[in-house]
Amino acid sequence: MDNIAGTKSGLTWTVHISVFLLVALWLFPTVGLFVSSFRTADQIAASGWWSSLSAQERQLPAIRVEGDEDARDGMFVIEGRLFEAEDVEVSAWGTSSREPNAYDPDATADLGDGEALTVTADGSYVLTGPDSFEGQRLPRIFSTATTPPEFTFENYRNVLFDPSNREGMAKAFFNTLTVTIPATIIPILVAAFAAYALAWMDFPGRALLIAAVVALLVVPLQLALIPLLKFHNTIGIGKGYLGVWLAHTGFGLPLAIYLLRNYMVGLPRDIIENARVDGASDFQIFVKIILPLSFPALASFAIFQFLWTWNDLLVALVFLIDATGETTVMTKQIVELLGTRGGNWEILATSAFVSIAVPLLVFFAMQKYLVRGLLAGSVK
Amino acid sequence: MNPAFQGLLTIIIGVGGCIGYFYFSNQFLDKVLYPPKGPNAGRNINRANMIRPWLFLFPALCALGLYLAYPVYETLRLSLTERVPGGGSRWVGLDNYNQMFNEPKFWEAMRNNMVWLIVVPAMSTAFGLLAAQLTDRIRWGSLAKSLIFMPMAISFVGAAVIWKLVYDTRPAEKEQIGVLNAVWMAFDGGIGSVLTLQLLPSLVLLAFAGVVGLIGWVFVRPLVRPEGSPTGIAVMPLRVLVGLAAVWLIWMSLGSVFDVLTATLPYGQPQTWLTIPFWNNFFLMAVLIWIQTGFAMVILSAALRGIPEETIEAAIVDGANPFQIFFKIKIPQIAGTIVVVWTTITIVVLKVFDIVFAMTNGQWETQVLANYMYDKLFRANDWGVGSASAMIIMLLVTPILVWNVYNARKEMR
Repeated sequence: MDNIAGTKSGLTWTVHISVFLLVALWLFPTVGLFVSSFRTADQIAASGWWSSLSAQERQLPAIRVEGDEDARDGMFVIEGRLFEAEDVEVSAWGTSSREPNAYDPDATADLGDGEALTVTADGSYVLTGPDSFEGQRLPRIFSTATTPPEFTFENYRNVLFDPSNREGMAKAFFNTLTVTIPATIIPILVAAFAAYALAWMDFPGRALLIAAVVALLVVPLQLALIPLLKFHNTIGIGKGYLGVWLAHTGFGLPLAIYLLRNYMVGLPRDIIENARVDGASDFQIFVKIILPLSFPALASFAIFQFLWTWNDLLVALVFLIDATGETTVMTKQIVELLGTRGGNWEILATSAFVSIAVPLLVFFAMQKYLVRGLLAGSVK
Repeated sequence: MNPAFQGLLTIIIGVGGCIGYFYFSNQFLDKVLYPPKGPNAGRNINRANMIRPWLFLFPALCALGLYLAYPVYETLRLSLTERVPGGGSRWVGLDNYNQMFNEPKFWEAMRNNMVWLIVVPAMSTAFGLLAAQLTDRIRWGSLAKSLIFMPMAISFVGAAVIWKLVYDTRPAEKEQIGVLNAVWMAFDGGIGSVLTLQLLPSLVLLAFAGVVGLIGWVFVRPLVRPEGSPTGIAVMPLRVLVGLAAVWLIWMSLGSVFDVLTATLPYGQPQTWLTIPFWNNFFLMAVLIWIQTGFAMVILSAALRGIPEETIEAAIVDGANPFQIFFKIKIPQIAGTIVVVWTTITIVVLKVFDIVFAMTNGQWETQVLANYMYDKLFRANDWGVGSASAMIIMLLVTPILVWNVYNARKEMR
């Protein structure tokens, strides 16, 4: 609409480029974590993730010669390959850490005692010597090579499917799921009834209640931690799933009531009054008319609550996770890993991505409802 | 019992209980208590209709009262008492607050929170506005929007891991795996480095000071040159306050320009970004800005679309250029939405806990109020001071709370 008075192509290009840069900047950190979760620990430590996307020339860790020896023309020969991958190109190699780039590919290194080692450009090596290598320490090969991008699912196997891995995410994943689903479903129903009363029933004090809901919308849940923990201990729930479900229900209610009430108020009055005239009770109107019509608002809130409970750390720390750590959730597990495995990026990246993956799926699948909820939920 | 099974059972009990409660309480009301027949049919219907709303509201009110309203009162009480060994508590008046105000760590948290409160909403709203305006004009805008919006779905803890990788540090002789250090090591102290790392930030700071000055002037002008309709007395203190804040911000940014221009930067040494006092706060804030920009963008983009096109067409006919249209036509019309976005992000900032907890845990002078409170409550086990700091957070939220309620009531009328 700005272009009515003629398009300036220069400006349009500037817009395209700036949006592209902005998107790239916003995606870059996430992509970094995603790519890192598919690299081995050595690869992550050796180079930045951005360089793993293209073929890179870099110095590789030392590889010890191994293989069965053959006797050939009175000489003993060991043949083998440095790399399993096909398209590696060695640009220099050496046999000691002091001179890792001493030889060109196809050159032959004299190792003394008549032993000789040749490494070709494609990474295959031939070690020859007059005596048997049996029982000898075989030489190590240092190499600088151009390697193609290489990715692995090993990290995910370790983190998710290795039952002996005590830092694995499998259990935490299921715990998070166990927290999330009831904590998403229960407040919806409670809030829907209340929202209907606030939207379509007339009674003294209604305006005051709506104002109270708006006020509670911004009360920081930090205030609730100690009083509620005390309360849970008093009534015997203590720390556990029941407590965390109740807490999430309580904390989610103001937003739920607010969103649903605003939506229900906008439903056409005629339908509801017709139903009343036809003799439907409030309960029937609610279940048969209001609930189905409010589906978009219910979906919006469900997504909010799901994302919020899935991503939550504080409520789980206070109300759920006890000293045994049996009920740990993924966010807590990741924080622990940050402490104990701060440098092991392959574990951290994979664990973090496991916990991010589900919300991202939900986000991309149901973005429409999320946006709608945001627009309705920010107090105007 | 298996937790998954327990969860399923809870869903069934919760959902079934809710539906059962609503169904049977309504039945009870209609069939037993006040049946709409017999001699008192009319009066009974009226009575039933008076009670019914409260039946619908009861569970929600219970939960709200217990989980949000009561804790506000209880926290206030806890902040004024101290626990006595062996159970029970003793009234100590404002001792907890006094003790807290004497702790340097608290003032550090307050100072950091104030910086967070200025920087994060401002940057998120600015980036969000930029993204909204730019993406509205191009064909692949909706794709771009959902990609910028994506961090909203990522947990603060996940975001902390993502950004720790960005800030990662390796010894100087090794290849850097954190993007920020890789970029940093590319600067060698030559003229290019000076231009990008000293001159450019100075210009940005000057621009910031200029914008703040402009906003401040808009607010203060009616005080200096009263013209047209007389402004309300109630707005006067607000105007003075904004003016003073603007002067302070300009002073700070001009001071920073001087610092930036005279600084000698440690080129060639990889930096551990999260341990540089003061500046590390900004590296933490970047995480929240990264998350909240999408939110600001979505709301502001909807507001931009809602602007009546006639106003823009009229401006174009009058020969306004795109920048004039944006700043003089569009911005004033979405000012209300900008305030909404700003306050919403402000509340998120006040509650920010996970990011600091996961990335630095308040070390290296990055403490914020929410994490300070968590430290006091669950590490030091000092409920009095912990509750007192929670009350400070509540106090900071209160103006926004009042403002929201005021607006909601105005809208309903």
